[in-house]
Amino acid sequence: MPEGGIGASVKRKEDFRFLTGRGAYTDDEVRAGQLHAHMLRSPHGHAALGSVDTSKAEAAPGVVCVLTGPDADADGLGGLPCGWGITSKDGTPMVEPKWPVIAQGKVRYVGEIVATVIAETAEQAADAAELVEVDYRPLDAAAVTETAHRDGAAQIHEEAPNNLCFDWDFPGEEAAEAVDAAFEAAAHTARLELVNQRIIPHSMEPRAAVAEYDKGEEKLTLYCTAQAAHAMRLLLGAFVLNQPEHKFRVVAPDVGGGFGSKVAPYAEYAIICWASRKLERPVRWLGQRTECFVTDAHGRDHVTEVELALDAEGKFTGLRVNTVANMGAYLSAFAPLIPTFLYATLFAGQYTTPAISCNVKAVFTNTSPVDALRGAGRPEATYLLERVIDEAARATGIDPVEIRKRNFIAADAFPYQTPVALLYDSGSYERALDIALEKSDWNGFAARRSASEADGKLRGIGIAAPIEATGAAPSAIAGQLGARAGLYESAQVRFNATGTVTVFAGTHNHGQGHETTFAQLVTDKLGVPLENVEVVEGDTDRAVMGMGTYGSRSLSVGGSAIDRAMDKIIDKGKKIASHLLEASVDDIEFDSGTFTVSGTDRTISIGEVAFAAYVPHNYPLEELEPGLDEQAFFDPVNFNFPFASYVCEVEVDPETGSVSVERFTAVDDVGNIVNPMIVEGQVHGGLAHGIGQALMEGAVFDENGQPLTGSLMDYTLPRADTVPSFDLDHTVTPCPMNPLGAKGVGEIGAIGAPPAVVNAVVDALRSHGVNHIDMPVTSESVWQALQSAKAS
Amino acid sequence: MTSTVSMTVNGKQVSAECEGRTLLVQYLREKLALTGTHVGCDTSQCGACVVHVDGISVKSCTMLAHQAEGCDVVTIEGLADGDTLHPMQEAFRENHALQCGFCTPGMVMSAIDMVNRHDTLDEKTVRHQLEGNLCRCTGYHNIVKAILAAHPVMKGTA
Ligand code: FES
Ligand code: FES
Repeated sequence: MPEGGIGASVKRKEDFRFLTGRGAYTDDEVRAGQLHAHMLRSPHGHAALGSVDTSKAEAAPGVVCVLTGPDADADGLGGLPCGWGITSKDGTPMVEPKWPVIAQGKVRYVGEIVATVIAETAEQAADAAELVEVDYRPLDAAAVTETAHRDGAAQIHEEAPNNLCFDWDFPGEEAAEAVDAAFEAAAHTARLELVNQRIIPHSMEPRAAVAEYDKGEEKLTLYCTAQAAHAMRLLLGAFVLNQPEHKFRVVAPDVGGGFGSKVAPYAEYAIICWASRKLERPVRWLGQRTECFVTDAHGRDHVTEVELALDAEGKFTGLRVNTVANMGAYLSAFAPLIPTFLYATLFAGQYTTPAISCNVKAVFTNTSPVDALRGAGRPEATYLLERVIDEAARATGIDPVEIRKRNFIAADAFPYQTPVALLYDSGSYERALDIALEKSDWNGFAARRSASEADGKLRGIGIAAPIEATGAAPSAIAGQLGARAGLYESAQVRFNATGTVTVFAGTHNHGQGHETTFAQLVTDKLGVPLENVEVVEGDTDRAVMGMGTYGSRSLSVGGSAIDRAMDKIIDKGKKIASHLLEASVDDIEFDSGTFTVSGTDRTISIGEVAFAAYVPHNYPLEELEPGLDEQAFFDPVNFNFPFASYVCEVEVDPETGSVSVERFTAVDDVGNIVNPMIVEGQVHGGLAHGIGQALMEGAVFDENGQPLTGSLMDYTLPRADTVPSFDLDHTVTPCPMNPLGAKGVGEIGAIGAPPAVVNAVVDALRSHGVNHIDMPVTSESVWQALQSAKAS
Repeated sequence: MTSTVSMTVNGKQVSAECEGRTLLVQYLREKLALTGTHVGCDTSQCGACVVHVDGISVKSCTMLAHQAEGCDVVTIEGLADGDTLHPMQEAFRENHALQCGFCTPGMVMSAIDMVNRHDTLDEKTVRHQLEGNLCRCTGYHNIVKAILAAHPVMKGTA
């Protein structure tokens, strides 16, 4: 067996190209005769849009054309589509206003495109954009999540009274009654009002796109920063551009991080495709960072009231959640899914709470559209749950560890049906927590706290026990819940005649290491050396089909599709081997790259079988086609459920309010692990993302919808000196829902870190009378909390 | 208005016509097709564009191409010797200090300069020195590890 199979921390195949400047990102694609697009954007949060006079800009040097909303209409462009429908509690479908690619009649958020200038150089396009005369009449705005649906708020879309997109109850009336009963009978209750603030994705590579239309072939090619090339093709082609799927190629080359923000089809991509088709020249667009700040789909933005009922022993008996979720000005592709089925279905967490109900009001506001961002709904769910549990621990006087242990779903209770629709696959929650407590030296905390106190500092420790539903699929369930797409994954495994293997996968690698991990699957199962395997992703003309990478689905769904395709390769290989070895196919065994006639020493390697398949001189041509190239789709029967236990320890300076994360221990269980090095890297990144949300990140808009955090000057990202090193460990509880036993790992850190950090901060401040503090927990907010606690 | 700007890049004499407002990073990417140097922001804060100018790390988005006239510039493309990686590149690979690779060129260039400037390095110094380089993928953990691992190799004390 060659080295580098499942379980090996092999170094990444893709690293050489990235480390030597050979990565090929979208903006590195250069086309002969290319034009440059510049987007002129609304400076207003809400304004009536009068005339857009482009005459001066059109006459400027180098300008080829200026496109406006009416031009898009005249050319029959559709609006940007939404991929998920939600039904309100009164049975009506969600309000889904048209999202034009270029504004018409009104602008509804700062950054909305009002015109596009296409010129010979990027500088000429930008210069000419300043000559476009736009007639705006500013309107009152509704930019605040909490109040946007109240009477008197400015109305953003004609079809959405009170700016309500949907008003959703889950799981339903019966559950709400059960929760009411639990609260009536409760021995204790805990209640929190909390904000899960809006954050900006900020992948380090700005969004970018290059479109090229070949009139001779009537074929459109779009290179863009996408996580899901096939979905991008479908959504843009069918809904916006009316470009037939077979005449539309989308390529997502190397992509510099996504975190969910590169899934949705964006207006800029549609516009440059349209322009390229119109002008028959390649057209490119590169997002400036300040543009990305307001136009990359944002994440989170919930205002929530959560209540937990407990019996006298501290067992959770009921959970009630009321949330207002901000959708932004328009519905981005998966926006409605996030505060609903990716959110409320996770309210059981790792616990046995029998009765759960919630109401979610989704509102439109004059702010940037919101969509999936690392965790998408699950961080919001985990945050409220793990925070209210700590509040319950305080109210009941039960230790935060003990109260969690009393309520954990037991390791022998799986599969476990929660009251919020999901059937958990496998788990061993107490074990993970015990390891985290041990590794974090939980018992030694009191001494460390004393040491901090002697130094004039406050010290706190906090736990979070996140769970996640990953592996977005299964299609049938997703369809019932409102998905407008399938959620399988596909793969093709092709032996080349000389014995090397090419894997074509429908997922996309934008940092996750698929080129290595997927190759390891092939090495492990087919015995082909790692260096002889190539993984191709992100090109609709090469990979057969795919749903892309998001929701931590690539290995468990996409990897499983590869595994299935390899099963087919082995099946066919056995038939070929039986011919070559002159034995019955039932007697052929396959292991580590070698076919053997069972009970004999007659063998043939898979490389020789592949050669015979492509040079079929001695081959059963009457019964079998030549070639060794198989394709599979995998659509799992359920999500999978990774889980973790995190312990965070912080030190707070009461004089300045500054918080530093002193220790962070993470014990994750993501099922079977293919490459431990890559898995740890995913956890590190997620934790830093979550610590960023907990302590520093936050998108702020004023009441007119003006972004106040529109650049890196005002929006704080985690830096090397604001996050700690992490202490990691893991347990392995295989997933029974896919052949690899794998669960997702890309998001769990970002899901679990925020409550762990905030629980630690509140623990530090508790002695000063502070029982809750909203994110981001900045030195200012801590200082304020301490002052107001002192005053009361 | 364009004029010719000449400099040495990765050991080669180069010249190209460019506007007065052309940034060094644009010169490298657009005129020389050295696309390894990245642009991650427009406020000089991300560090994706770091190159060495006369041996010192510089954010190439904060410098006009004209200002580099006659200078000796090294980019990420100029570090490896054929298939042999520079010790810092090797340490990044060994320690999984990159994921999407977008911040990586700037990180590596900054890290080399950091090692050049420090006889000794500890975690705290590395983290502090990396303040000008953003990474959204790795959580910095493995980048810090990689730099600490490369230091003795580069100093010949390994
Ligand atoms: S491009 Fe961000 S600092 Fe230069
Ligand atoms: S590796 Fe992706 S930003 Fe650093």
